[in-house]
Amino acid sequence: MSEFKQTFNSSLGKKLIMALTGLFLCTFLIVHLSGNLALFKHDNGQAFNAYANFMTHFPPIRVVSYLLYLSILVHTIYAIVLTVKNRKARPVGYASATKSPTSWSSKNMGLLGSILFLFIVIHMKDFWFKYHQDDFTGKSTHVIPFKEYKTDLVTGEQLSARDLPPGDYHYAVFTEGSVETMVAKDLNQTVEIAFKQWWYVAFYVIALGALSFHLLHGFQSAFHTVGWVHRKYKPIIYFIGTWLFAVIIPLGFAAMPVVYFFCR
Amino acid sequence: MNLTLKVWRQKNAQTSGKFVTYKAESISEDMSFLEMLDVVNESLTKKGEEPIYFDHDCREGICGMCSLYINGRPHGPKRAITTCQLHMRSFKDGETITIEPWRAAAFPVLKDLAVDRSAFDRIQQAGGYVSINTGGVPDANEIAIPKVIADEAFNSATCIGCGACVAACKNASAMLFVSAKVSQLGMLPQGQPERWSRVQSMVAQMDEEGFGNCTNTGACEAECPKEISLTNIGRMNNDFFNAKLFKEEGVHDHAQ
Repeated sequence: MSEFKQTFNSSLGKKLIMALTGLFLCTFLIVHLSGNLALFKHDNGQAFNAYANFMTHFPPIRVVSYLLYLSILVHTIYAIVLTVKNRKARPVGYASATKSPTSWSSKNMGLLGSILFLFIVIHMKDFWFKYHQDDFTGKSTHVIPFKEYKTDLVTGEQLSARDLPPGDYHYAVFTEGSVETMVAKDLNQTVEIAFKQWWYVAFYVIALGALSFHLLHGFQSAFHTVGWVHRKYKPIIYFIGTWLFAVIIPLGFAAMPVVYFFCR
Repeated sequence: MNLTLKVWRQKNAQTSGKFVTYKAESISEDMSFLEMLDVVNESLTKKGEEPIYFDHDCREGICGMCSLYINGRPHGPKRAITTCQLHMRSFKDGETITIEPWRAAAFPVLKDLAVDRSAFDRIQQAGGYVSINTGGVPDANEIAIPKVIADEAFNSATCIGCGACVAACKNASAMLFVSAKVSQLGMLPQGQPERWSRVQSMVAQMDEEGFGNCTNTGACEAECPKEISLTNIGRMNNDFFNAKLFKEEGVHDHAQ
């Protein structure tokens, strides 16, 4: 045991923990973005609400979600521990500003990470906590109202989408003849309300800009830290880190508040 | 050339230092940076003042003794050279040049611009060697080594241990130095017996000396006078985790 403790307490071990938690968070982003693409569907939020229910009630995903919360905390705590150690390694700074040619993002991972942590706290408070609030308080009145969708299973067409009056509901899907009825928590409405405030949209766009720069350095740096620097794979890692994680994913996420603000 | 120098002056490790401004007059642009300091020191000596203390030895870029953080860059504004190879033509007439010592907790200032880099020696002694049995002289090229491996090991071996990587790193990390030393031996057949204990011992010593952690920023690689590549750090990480997680050898379990 003590040998493993030694390994993970060493400078490289702490960086390994940063890299592995960081890469795990990266994989989560792919899942989160692909699921949230349901927001772009014009179906009064049916697909999105069904997806939100699946993500919060399917047991394997719940297990992974707790791993995810843990990863966020560990990544943050280790970042602080490492930063404190790094500051101690240079108690007297330089008078002249450094002119070494380095990327901006690599020098500002702490700042970018702090923005992202603040964002995650606010994001989870406004969506995750609101969604789960009934479970915590145990009250029968719901913070987020329920919605009822009726779909024609033959044509696949949505027949109606109705806001349900306050009351005690549970997620349910049932079929009568060729009509499928779905009752679900209307998280989509929470999204709509949030993304109608300009400052909220602005905050999201800034945070996702920070995400872009954080991952532009972070993704490839994580592979470097775990020691995967083979010249055959390095260009692939750089390509994925730049185009998927620093461009497509932040743009996809940023499009959600922007589209909801201007088009819904 | 006439220049203004802002030089860090510090009596010894115990006292706190400060910047002192000097004029460097009638400097030839063909002088090296150290020769320019020699001229300044000569005039200081003549005035009865204490000359500026700085490290230097071979003055041809191979010993790793000279240092100096010049205008925000270790070894000055040029790439892939040491301060002794830096010529005054790299500066403009009338320019103000700020000269500081390497800044790191593990490199305490001895006096003025000279720092104590014995932390590097201790890291090297912790595992930077290979064990060879004495006996008959082996034939040359008895051990075949692929050219790519030989080249890469040689590139890593060009590290002169000047400490510019530590000076340039925003975290004062010594990982470029340590990884070069780990790589140069770990890649070659002769370095295999100690390979897995070496990386553990040298990293342990590096941590003990109080160097910072690597953020893969790449300032070290950009400032290294010998252009040691950042790939070495990745290679060291790979060897370190391999050794820690999958090998029998522990720290200081060297071959007998």
